[in-house]
Amino acid sequence: MSVIDHDAIALSSPRISEAEVGDYFALLKPRVMSLVIFTALVGLAIAPGHFHPVLAFTSLLCIAVGAGASGALNMALEGDIDAKMARTANRPIPRGKVTRAEALAFGLTLAFFSVLTLGILVNWYAGALLAFTIFFYVVIYTMWLKRWTAQNIVIGGAAGALPPVVAWVAATGSLSVEPLLLFLIIFFWTPPHFWALALFRSDDYARAGVPMLPVVAGPDATRLQILLYTIVLVAIALSPWALGYFDAVYGVISLLLGAGMLVLAANVFRRRERAASLRATRKLFAFSILYLFVLFATLLAEVVVRSGAPLISSWFA
Amino acid sequence: MGAHAEEMAEQEPDGIVLTEAQKRSRRQRSIAIALALGVLVVLFFAVTLVKGPAVLNRPL
Repeated sequence: MSVIDHDAIALSSPRISEAEVGDYFALLKPRVMSLVIFTALVGLAIAPGHFHPVLAFTSLLCIAVGAGASGALNMALEGDIDAKMARTANRPIPRGKVTRAEALAFGLTLAFFSVLTLGILVNWYAGALLAFTIFFYVVIYTMWLKRWTAQNIVIGGAAGALPPVVAWVAATGSLSVEPLLLFLIIFFWTPPHFWALALFRSDDYARAGVPMLPVVAGPDATRLQILLYTIVLVAIALSPWALGYFDAVYGVISLLLGAGMLVLAANVFRRRERAASLRATRKLFAFSILYLFVLFATLLAEVVVRSGAPLISSWFA
Repeated sequence: MGAHAEEMAEQEPDGIVLTEAQKRSRRQRSIAIALALGVLVVLFFAVTLVKGPAVLNRPL
């Protein structure tokens, strides 16, 4: 008689993973991660004082990995929703490449190491804020708000807006008005951006049972909300210049970009016929990505020019 | 190996045999984990060099 029951093993043979590195990389939501890295880079760049490049790189890496961990945990918890939506059906969990338990373990491991590394190597304020950001995205947004209220992406947007604040805290060990302005810009940018997406994907969200604003309140109410949030966004995006933190170059670019956002948001509000409405919504969605990128790139450029100008003038002195 | 052991080995079922795809993906994952650990080690080493003795000073 054998001690091992080989028949029992054969019947309950474990699932052997065929997941490739690319599948795990996809769990990190690389496109979201790239935006997080970029906004965090701006948060680091505008922070006062000297921050050693190795520590700056470490901070960015930890923030990026923390964002990736949030993405993996989000996918682990939303496998059922992702499978029902055309936009997300191709993710590793709905495709059966990675199980929810594997994604959960992956996300928790990355979250643990990103927070610990940022805390030990940079400072614990930043580590704690990164931990809070991950907690907010995974528990408050994914587990609670997303399936419960149409305001899910409004409140949940705070998690996406925190990376530049984490970066600033990593560089300075304290908090100030400038990173909070960056937070507010991303916070008020999130609703017009995601509701534009939700407008042309509302069937998807309805099928998955996610109470996005167009599903719950209808497209017209969503169009009005997009316009209102865009007005607030444009005003707040001008504040770094209005409060004297940045030069007129930023002010002018922010004004031009804001005018573009307002025109497109007004178009979304006005155009109600199916085809025209779809076109207007897609345009706003695409432009909103460009808007945030150029706005933050301008902030970055101003800082680079400001810190580079004395150096260049010293060459010619 | 004795004759008895050889006979036992022949009688044992093969157990779980990985397919080529499973072996390849497992190897890829192992390499990725090794690289990630390597990066972590280098990062801690580099920051220790940068901070010097101040690495022990961790204000809250």
